[in-house]
Amino acid sequence: MANVPATVGKKDNVLTRTLKSLNRTKYLQMLLLPGLIYYIIFHYKPMYGIIIAFKDFSIKKGIMGSPWVGLKHFRDFFSYIEFQRVFVNTIILNVYTLIFAFPMPIIFAVLLNELHNLHYKKFVQTVSYLPHFISTVSIVGMLHMLLSPNNGIVNNIIKALGGSPIYFMAETSWFRPIYVFSEIWQNIGWDAIIYIAALANVDQQLYEAAVIDGASRVKQIWHVSLPGIRPTIIIMLIMRMGSMMSSNTDKVLLMQNPMTYDVSDIIGTYVYRLGIKQAQYSYSTAVGFFNSIINVLFLVVGNSISRRFGESSLW
Amino acid sequence: MVKDESLSAKVFTVVVHVTMIVVLIATLVPVIHVISISFSSSDAINRGLVSLWPVEFSLNAYNAIFETGRVVRAFGNSVYYTVLGTAINMLLTTMMAYPLSRTYLTFRKFYNVLILIPMFFGGGLIPTFLNIRDLGMYDTVWAIVLPGAISSWNLIIMRTFFMSLPIELEESAQLDGANEFTIFRKIILPLSMASLATITLFYAVGHWNSWFNAMIYFKNSSSYPLQTILRSIVIENQMSEEIQMDEIANPVSAEGIKYSTLVISMVPMMVVYPFVQKYFVKGVMIGSIKG
Repeated sequence: MANVPATVGKKDNVLTRTLKSLNRTKYLQMLLLPGLIYYIIFHYKPMYGIIIAFKDFSIKKGIMGSPWVGLKHFRDFFSYIEFQRVFVNTIILNVYTLIFAFPMPIIFAVLLNELHNLHYKKFVQTVSYLPHFISTVSIVGMLHMLLSPNNGIVNNIIKALGGSPIYFMAETSWFRPIYVFSEIWQNIGWDAIIYIAALANVDQQLYEAAVIDGASRVKQIWHVSLPGIRPTIIIMLIMRMGSMMSSNTDKVLLMQNPMTYDVSDIIGTYVYRLGIKQAQYSYSTAVGFFNSIINVLFLVVGNSISRRFGESSLW
Repeated sequence: MVKDESLSAKVFTVVVHVTMIVVLIATLVPVIHVISISFSSSDAINRGLVSLWPVEFSLNAYNAIFETGRVVRAFGNSVYYTVLGTAINMLLTTMMAYPLSRTYLTFRKFYNVLILIPMFFGGGLIPTFLNIRDLGMYDTVWAIVLPGAISSWNLIIMRTFFMSLPIELEESAQLDGANEFTIFRKIILPLSMASLATITLFYAVGHWNSWFNAMIYFKNSSSYPLQTILRSIVIENQMSEEIQMDEIANPVSAEGIKYSTLVISMVPMMVVYPFVQKYFVKGVMIGSIKG
């Protein structure tokens, strides 16, 4: 086969060897080139753009021409009460989502795995994917309308039962529960796919052995199913750690209004408001950068804890 | 003892079925409710009579939407961005996934790291925004279709799928003198149709449902896709145009317009996904054993 690296002459140095193997894979390199350019322009160039977090950037002067200011923007946001509120809100919202939303697809997948009627199983699964294909705008739109105090069905029911209507979308106490609930609604079926796939790979003999030992179905779940998908759960948890500081900003932006800012303003929406709407480019880049760094830290720490305990890890 | 076992087994079965029914109802009821309202008369909507079936069937809300043209234009924009964007996605993703699937590719390890880093770290909103401006893409369709041209996740699924194809086919083609371009076009792509269909759907859904980029990159709302218009109608209550259509002969309520716009935006993807869904589990499974 032409492409297997041929035995290399001893005289060849690293450079000629590299050139030779590049030449051997030249068609592949050509195919890859557009993608490579894409990654550089749309992913790595913006990463370089982060340096404006350490400058006083103005569009006129450009990235290079703007003066350095060191950590000024970072010191600024640490001292702002508004930033502290936003930071705390981000953490609380993510902790809620982690506690309440993360386990749901696992529970759903494990219970779905207990269905033995294949048509029924397929039907439930297909329906459960549906919300994944509904846009975030539509979902938040549905929330606004179904929860509307005037004519929404939820308040109609509350009124019919003799209660007084609740303005769900404008009350701070309702923001987090509604957000977490809608996250569950939107993702339970889709996120279960990976666990369903993992469950399908669990050795069926383990179940048979468990049955012979007289294990009930609950015990089979506890001792066979869950241990079987444990590596997958841990990988998903580590990935989740990597977005600990970045909730579904799209959704929060659509759900929030000034009445709920006290709880609904998170780093993502804060960066949007200051950066895009008020054009405070350097300051908001600094906030965004700080946020990304925390995410990466969570990811790295999560991964190494997992490795320390001999569990699955990303690297 | 044995009796207890069977009782707990029964309880367990009940728990499983109740969970499934709760998931079914919770998923379907809101959607059916929204669709029912969109086809009901404004009077029935205002009196809160509609639950899971249209009351006093009416198409007035849809007529108002179609006559004003704002939603129709946005629908057209969405179709345009989705088709163009997905075509670019598929072209670039398959072109990059194939070389990465060949283990003898020079610099393969470097390229793999290059595509993995953006999954966990990026420039963030503002540097990305400024980058698009610098590239002169502000207020053009390119700001919508190019920034997400390759999703690393889909790229990895695609790459892993290409790796799973039998290598013998390729070797025999090489003996016949075919180069990698030909092999890619004539052998690899035709063998991957199911997988390509799945990734196409993933990308298309992303384009169809996105609203944020259009909002920040377009100056003029006439370029907005449907989701961005949906946001102004449903969430920000901006529908003066549609309400002006209100006539005594065809009473239209603001609620009716909101619900029917919502339905128009949801339906295309809801209709398409069941046809491709049998590949989802396979697709995700392949992606998950990437290593």
